[in-house]
Amino acid sequence: MPSWPVLISQAFNGLALGALLALVSSGLTIILGTLGVLNFAHGALFAVGAYAAFVMLQYTQSFVLALVAGCGCMLALGFLLERLIIRFFYDRPHEDQILVTYGVGIVLVESLRAAFGGNAQRVPTPSWGQGATQLGFLIYPTYRLQLIAIIAMLLFGLYLVLYRTAMGLVVRAGIENPLMVGILGINVRRAFLAVFAIGVVAVGLAGMLYAPVVAVTPDMGANFMVQSFVVIVLGGLGSFPGAVVGGLIAGEIISLTSAFNSTYSEVTLYALMALLLVLRPQGLFGSEGRV
Amino acid sequence: MKLDRRQLLLGGAGTAAGLMFPGAGAMAQSPASIGTFPEGVSADSVFVGLTIPLTGVFSGDGGDLKLGYELAIAQINAGGEVAQKWGLKGKGVLGRQIRYKVSDTEGKPNLDVQSATQFIQRDKAIMVAGSVSSASAIALEELGSREKVLYMVGIAGSNDITGKNCQRYGFRSQQNAYMAAKALAPVVAKALGKNIKTAFLVPDYTYGHTVYDSFAKFSAEQGWQQVAKEVVPLGTTDYSSALLNIANSGADVFVNIAFGADAVASTKQAEQFGVLKRMKLVVPNLSSFQDKELGAEIMQGVYGSCDFWWGLQDRYALARTFVEGFVAQNKYYPRWGAHIGYMQTYLWALTVERANTFHPVELIKAMENSKSQPYDTTIGKVYYRAEDHQMVRPIPILRGKAPGAMTNPEDFYDIVEVVDGESVMNTPEFFGCKLGPYT
Repeated sequence: MPSWPVLISQAFNGLALGALLALVSSGLTIILGTLGVLNFAHGALFAVGAYAAFVMLQYTQSFVLALVAGCGCMLALGFLLERLIIRFFYDRPHEDQILVTYGVGIVLVESLRAAFGGNAQRVPTPSWGQGATQLGFLIYPTYRLQLIAIIAMLLFGLYLVLYRTAMGLVVRAGIENPLMVGILGINVRRAFLAVFAIGVVAVGLAGMLYAPVVAVTPDMGANFMVQSFVVIVLGGLGSFPGAVVGGLIAGEIISLTSAFNSTYSEVTLYALMALLLVLRPQGLFGSEGRV
Repeated sequence: MKLDRRQLLLGGAGTAAGLMFPGAGAMAQSPASIGTFPEGVSADSVFVGLTIPLTGVFSGDGGDLKLGYELAIAQINAGGEVAQKWGLKGKGVLGRQIRYKVSDTEGKPNLDVQSATQFIQRDKAIMVAGSVSSASAIALEELGSREKVLYMVGIAGSNDITGKNCQRYGFRSQQNAYMAAKALAPVVAKALGKNIKTAFLVPDYTYGHTVYDSFAKFSAEQGWQQVAKEVVPLGTTDYSSALLNIANSGADVFVNIAFGADAVASTKQAEQFGVLKRMKLVVPNLSSFQDKELGAEIMQGVYGSCDFWWGLQDRYALARTFVEGFVAQNKYYPRWGAHIGYMQTYLWALTVERANTFHPVELIKAMENSKSQPYDTTIGKVYYRAEDHQMVRPIPILRGKAPGAMTNPEDFYDIVEVVDGESVMNTPEFFGCKLGPYT
């Protein structure tokens, strides 16, 4: 049995890890929850975000400016993808959406490899986030502590845009009945475009913020995509609050299991997901028949 | 030499039989047709299949490995000065040009097997080489032995490859985990002290477990005591929960066994957790590009072993020609991935010319007899051990240089010692190797 300080340390780490998982999953759940598109290019877009931070850092020498410029790139990429490909798939079955986004993902990852090679690129921790902070008996990386606050603000901002603005209302109404929304004189396609781009920026931003922590390689998104699916299955497919809660639960499971034996941390997570799928197939915050 | 009457009679009979039936000695044990031989040998060329992860967590090492194979193949086909220095005659191998294809296997054993099977069945590959993961190497060795096609192991450090999973048709040039750990532990203990507490980060697959077993054993013999062992899945992206336990373990040395992109991510995160400030980092098998990917700031003072470092060019003439040829072609210093591909290809070609045939059984026997006729290579004299096909070879021990001490942007390591291979070998039966039949 691990000591209390170890358990408390891991519980805190679970919170930080969960916040990161929630942010990574948010882009996936936004696009799925509002547009009904299962985006299998999610992992690739995460990697593109990290590379955007890497490239912009070379030009700006400032992590904050790199984030801003990187978001601009992701926004442009989101617009392009929606206009050129995704908009033709809103009315198509999920299988088609999965195939086309999976293909987009492959093209993006291989483009990164062609441009930057297979080796990991170095994105240093920003100067304001370097070192570790002593929190009582716990030593924790300063950057990760800052990330918790940054992510909380970002997720709250995203929630406001999607659920407390007229645009969010239009999008949700458009998903239910696009014809009726059109008859009311509202350009629902434009709202769809905006939401897809926001989803791409969200996942890209997660990649940018995670870049100083992980190895920035073209394939870095693959594992994050799997984890994102676990998170949104736990929280409920397409539910934004579900992604947040699902992320936190996943983070706590991984971390607290590690306090006992790190070998079983991921197994426990998948076991819980399987159990939840049996007991509550729609996830914690999902509603039956949605998506 | 004095011969008695019985030996003279036996020798005379053997010579007579040999004169009557050329090649009868070999044919008595080796069938005329086996695997892709002789079908895969045309009048002017042979085909070699390369299964290499060019994507996935091992893509960095895989890319380097590929360039090593390609350099060796180009040099052998050209038959120039370098190939002659290795002891090869004329252009190509036995007068045949080497054709090759590379298949990206993503580091997944099932894709390795699929690609190698295609190479063997479709292209009639006379030899297969490649792999970065030990799991892939084990799968390919088994395939090679089943299909009776020689497999020259790529990057793979697990003890199992020349241990419990050893195969008659597989040969490995890289040191196994046991050799690496036995060579490294005394050197590190001498530098860091005897009374040391260690924390291990272990990736959960054959490579991770065997490297852990070996390094834990030999570091314990140096008086080191293990205080934490964190086992994590291959391809983990966030190591925070494992590193938190390591950070709180009170260890003096952090032994990181993760490899490839996993090594980069885990070391980067260890630095952020303050682990590298409080603990010395030891990496039993350094990954090819972790120096460049992490930077000298993090890598300075790190101890590790590897197959090859380009600084060895000051000790071995063939290492110099390899490094110079590689840098001229690829504009960077080769890592050990490239070296393994390069050396294994040359050793295969040399063996073919020694045996004067592409017949796999004859090649296996020639390599198994290499102790009596060692190969002169980029790392000095080496040979494959007959009992388990593990190469007996020197092992370089490296220490990361401080940024200020680097003489060029890729001058990341000092070679602290080159440990003699014979002194660190496990006994052939130690890991339960049972090589299968020749035919």
